[in-house]
Amino acid sequence: MTDIAQNIPIAQHPPAPRATGVLGWLRANLFSSVFNSVLTVLSLTLIATVIPPVVRWGLLDAIWSAPNGAACHSGGACWAFIGEKFRFILFGRYPVDQDWRPVIVVGVFLAMILAACSRRMWGRRLAILWFVGLSAIFWLMAGGLGLTHVETALWSGLPLTLILAVVGMLFGFPLGVLLALGRRSRLPAVRAICVGYIELIRGVPLITMLFMASLMLPLFLPAGVTIDKLVRAQVAIILFSAAYLAEIVRGGLQAIPRGQIEAADALGLSYIQRTRLIVLPQALSMVIPPLVNSFISTFKDTSLVLIVSLFDLLGATEFALTDANWQGFYVEADVFIALIYWSFCFFMSRYSQMLERELNRGRRR
Amino acid sequence: MASEEASLPVAPARPAPWRDPKVRGIAYQIAFVAAVVGLGAFLVHNMLGNIARQNIATGFGFLRREAAFGIGESLISYTPADTYGRAFLVGLTNTLYVAALGIVLATILGTLMGLARLSGNWLVAKLAQIYVETFRNIPLLLQLFFWWGLLNKMAPGPREAWRILPDVFVSNRGIVFPAIVANPAYRWIAVAFCLGAIAAIGFGRWARKRQAETGRQFPTGWVGLALVVGLPLAVFLAFGAPLTLDRPALRGFNFAGGSTVSPEFTALLLGLVVYTGTFIAEIVRAGILAVSPGQSEAAMALGLKSGQRMRLVVLPQALRVIVPPMTSQYLGITKNSSLAVAIGYPDLVSIANTTMNQTGQAVEGIALIMAVYLTISLAISLLMNIYNRAVALVER
Amino acid sequence: MSEAPSAVIELQAVHKWYGDFHVLKDINLQVGKGEKVVVCGPSGSGKSTMIRCINRLEEHQQGRITVAGIELTSDLKNIEAIRREVGMVFQQFNLFPHLTVLQNLTLAPIWVRKLPRKEAEETARYYLQRVRIPDQADKYPGQLSGGQQQRVAIARSLCMKPEIMLFDEPTSALDPEMIKEVLDVMVELAHEGMTMVCVTHEMGFARTVADMMVFMDRGEVVERAPPKDFFSSPKSDRTKAFLSQILAH
Repeated sequence: MTDIAQNIPIAQHPPAPRATGVLGWLRANLFSSVFNSVLTVLSLTLIATVIPPVVRWGLLDAIWSAPNGAACHSGGACWAFIGEKFRFILFGRYPVDQDWRPVIVVGVFLAMILAACSRRMWGRRLAILWFVGLSAIFWLMAGGLGLTHVETALWSGLPLTLILAVVGMLFGFPLGVLLALGRRSRLPAVRAICVGYIELIRGVPLITMLFMASLMLPLFLPAGVTIDKLVRAQVAIILFSAAYLAEIVRGGLQAIPRGQIEAADALGLSYIQRTRLIVLPQALSMVIPPLVNSFISTFKDTSLVLIVSLFDLLGATEFALTDANWQGFYVEADVFIALIYWSFCFFMSRYSQMLERELNRGRRR
Repeated sequence: MASEEASLPVAPARPAPWRDPKVRGIAYQIAFVAAVVGLGAFLVHNMLGNIARQNIATGFGFLRREAAFGIGESLISYTPADTYGRAFLVGLTNTLYVAALGIVLATILGTLMGLARLSGNWLVAKLAQIYVETFRNIPLLLQLFFWWGLLNKMAPGPREAWRILPDVFVSNRGIVFPAIVANPAYRWIAVAFCLGAIAAIGFGRWARKRQAETGRQFPTGWVGLALVVGLPLAVFLAFGAPLTLDRPALRGFNFAGGSTVSPEFTALLLGLVVYTGTFIAEIVRAGILAVSPGQSEAAMALGLKSGQRMRLVVLPQALRVIVPPMTSQYLGITKNSSLAVAIGYPDLVSIANTTMNQTGQAVEGIALIMAVYLTISLAISLLMNIYNRAVALVER
Repeated sequence: MSEAPSAVIELQAVHKWYGDFHVLKDINLQVGKGEKVVVCGPSGSGKSTMIRCINRLEEHQQGRITVAGIELTSDLKNIEAIRREVGMVFQQFNLFPHLTVLQNLTLAPIWVRKLPRKEAEETARYYLQRVRIPDQADKYPGQLSGGQQQRVAIARSLCMKPEIMLFDEPTSALDPEMIKEVLDVMVELAHEGMTMVCVTHEMGFARTVADMMVFMDRGEVVERAPPKDFFSSPKSDRTKAFLSQILAH
C-alpha cells in the first residue's frame, strides 16, 4: 500500500440521481422491499375505499340549509342541523337573551389558558390574572351585581365543560400536592391515610365518584342543607383528579436528589420552608408536561357529567338530538363536537410536547 | 481516673417534650387522625340521620330480594324473578367479559399500530399516526355514542339489514352471524388442542436441551404451531369434518338462528378497543424506542439475524418498559367499561344503578361497586409489582 | 513498507452520502492479514462511518467493499457471512444489560455459530480470563465499571473467533484511570497477530501497535503512512495541523 498525502480537499459532489428526488424518496420510503410494497398497496387501497364515500357524504352530497329535519334526510350530511342547533350545543339551556355572557366566559377562559401557556407570564402576574378571570367568569355566569341571576342548573354547554375542567384542576392540584407530600411523610398515620385515599380513588371509575357525589353527598349533609348539583359534580371531579395529580407530583418528589434535602437541612430550614422553597419548586417544574396531560384527561373526563344529568358540551348535544323536528343527525352532531374536543386536546398535547422539549434543553439529562 | 469516667456511655440529653421531634410527630399524627375521624364521624352521623328520616332501608339484605327487572344480555341465566344478588352477578360477569375481550383486542390493535408507527414505510407510519392522534383526543364517551348511534339508530331494521359478509348481517337489533352447532366431536377437538399444547411445550423443552448439548437449532415455533393446529385439525377430519352452521335467516320481523351480539355490546367493545388502542400504541412505540440503537448494532455486529435480534436483545428490554404502563391501561379498560351505563349495556354499574333507583339504598350499592373495582385494581397492581421485581435490571 | 500478501479488507472508490451531504469521498483502503491500521482525524471526518461500512452498520452507495474475500452487497447472506468474521467494539460498550456477562459472551456463539452451550461457555471463560476478569462471569453489566464493561465487550467479540477486529473509539467513553486496562488488552491482541482497524485518539497506543496510520479529514483519506513517518514527518499540511493540535497537550 503506497503512502499518500493530499493537500487540497476533494470537492463535494452530489449523489447519483437515483438516490434523491421524488423517485428516490418513493423508493426508500414506500417500496424499499417486497413486504413494504405490499403494505403500501394495501394502505392505498384502504385510503381509496374510505376517503371517497366520506368526502361524498360530508361535502358533495351534504345539505347546508334546510327548514326542518324531514327535508334534510338525503344521502349526505345535514350540516343545516348544526347551523340550527349550534347555539344550543355550545351554550345549552342558558337563557337565550343573556347569550353574550357565556360567549365572554369562553373568551376569558381561552385568554387565561393562553396566558398560562406563555412561560414569560409564570409568576405573580399569572396568579392575579387567573383570580380576576375566575371571578369575572363566575360573576358573568351566575349574575348578581347588576346582571340577572341565572341558576346553576341552566349552566350548560362549553362554558360548563371549561368550568368543570379548570376548577377541577385548580382545586385538585393543591390537594394533590398535599396528598403527595403526605404519602412521603415519615409519620405512619399520615402516610397510611394518604396512600389509602390515593389508591382508593385511583382504583375506581370516575362514574362511581360522580354517583357518590350526586347520590350520597346529600346524605352526608345535615338535614336541611342542600347542595347544588353542579357543586356535587365539581367536588367529585376535584377529589378524583387530586388522586391522579398526587401520583404525578410524587414522581417529581422522588426525582429530587437526597442532597437537596440535606443541603436545606444543613442551612437550618424547617420542614415547611424546605418544602416550599427547595423541594416543591424543583419537583413541580420537573413534572409540568405530565401535569398538562392530566389537564387534557380531566377535560375529556368532564363529558361524564351527563350521566348525572348535567348538560356539559356532550350533554347539551345529546339533548339537542332529542328535538322532534330534527331527528336522526347523530353523526353530524358527534362530528361537530368531536372537532371541538379534538382541537382543544390536540393543541394542548402539542403544547405539552413543546414545553417538554424546552424544559429539557435547559436541564442536563 | 478520667478514663474510668469516660468509659461509661453517656446518652444525649432529652429535649423538652414540645421540642422533641418524636413527641411532636406523635402529636401531629394524633391531631391529623382525630381530624379525619372527626370528619368521618360527622358525615356518618348526618347520613344515619338522613337515612332514618327518609325511611331508607340499610344493610345488604336487599340482595336477597327479588329484582323484578329484566336484563338485556347475560352470560349466565337470569330472570326477573331472581334476586338482586344474582343481578349483580350478571353485571359483574358482563363487565369482566367485555373488559377481558377489550384487553385482548386493544393489545393486538395497539401493538400493531405501535409497530406501524415505527415502520420504515412512510404511508403506514403516517396512517398509524393519524389513527393515534385522532382517537386519543376525543372523549371516550363521545366515541361510544358515535358507535352506538351508528349501530343502533343508523343501522336499519332487520328487514333491510346490511350484509357485510355472507350470512353476517348488521341491523339495529345487533350483529347476527352464523353459530356453530355443538357436536360431540368438538369435545375431542378440545382434548386434541390441549394435547397439542402440551406436546408443543414438551417439544420446545426437548429442542432447547438438544441445542444446549449439540448447538443444533430446531424451528420450535413452526413445529409447535403445527402441533397445536394440526392435531385438532386431524381429529376434526377423522370425525368426518362435522361443521354445521346455524345460519341466520330472516323470519318475520327479525332473524332466527345464528348468534347475535347486541349493538350496545358491540359499541362498547369497539369504543374501548379503538380508544385504548391509541394509548397502547404509544406505549409500545416508546418501549421499543427506549432500547438504545447501540443494542441492535451490537447484536448486528455479532452476526445475529433480524428475528434473533428482536427476540433475544430488543424485546426483553422493551417489555420491561412496556409492561407497567400497559397494565395501567388494562385497568383503565376495566374502569372505562363502566361507561356502559350511558349506552344501555348491562354492566355492573348499570345494574347497580337500576338497583339503587329501585331500593333507594345508594350507600350499599356504591360501596359494592367500589369494592369490586378496588379488588380488580389491587389484583392487577399486585401482579404487576411481582412482574416488575422479577425482571428488574440488576445494577450497582 | 511491506507489500501485504493478501488484503482481508479492501475498499475501492467508496462514496457515501447522507441525503445530499457527501460524507465519504473516494475512500481507497487495503488492510492485509495481521495488519494493524489506526485511523485518526478530527470529529466529523467520517472515520467512524468508514469502519461502520465495513460490517454494514452503514451502507455505502458507490464503490466496492470486500471483506475476507466476500463482497459486501445488499445480499443478506454476504452480510451475515461478513459479520461472523468481523468483530466490533463500540465506544458505548453496548453490552446487553438483561443478560449476565457469561450470557453476553455465549449469546452469539450459540445462536449464530450454533455451538453447544458447554463449548460456548468454555470459550467464554477462556476469553474472560484473557481480558483478566474471570470472576465477573455471573455479574450483570450494570454492576461493572466502565473499563470492565469494555473488556467484556472485547471478549464478547473474540468469542466469535473473528478474523478481523474493528474498534470504534473504544476508550473515548472511559474515565482516564480505566483507559490503560483496555489498551493493554488491545496491545496483547495486536501482538498475537489479530487484524485490527482502530479509530482512536490514543496516539501512544498507535505508536506502539500500528503498522499503518490513516488520517481522515472531511470524508477523505488525506494521508497514509507507517507511524514513524506519520508522526515525525507528515507530508500533508492538513495532517500537520491536526497533529499539532492533538499532540500539543
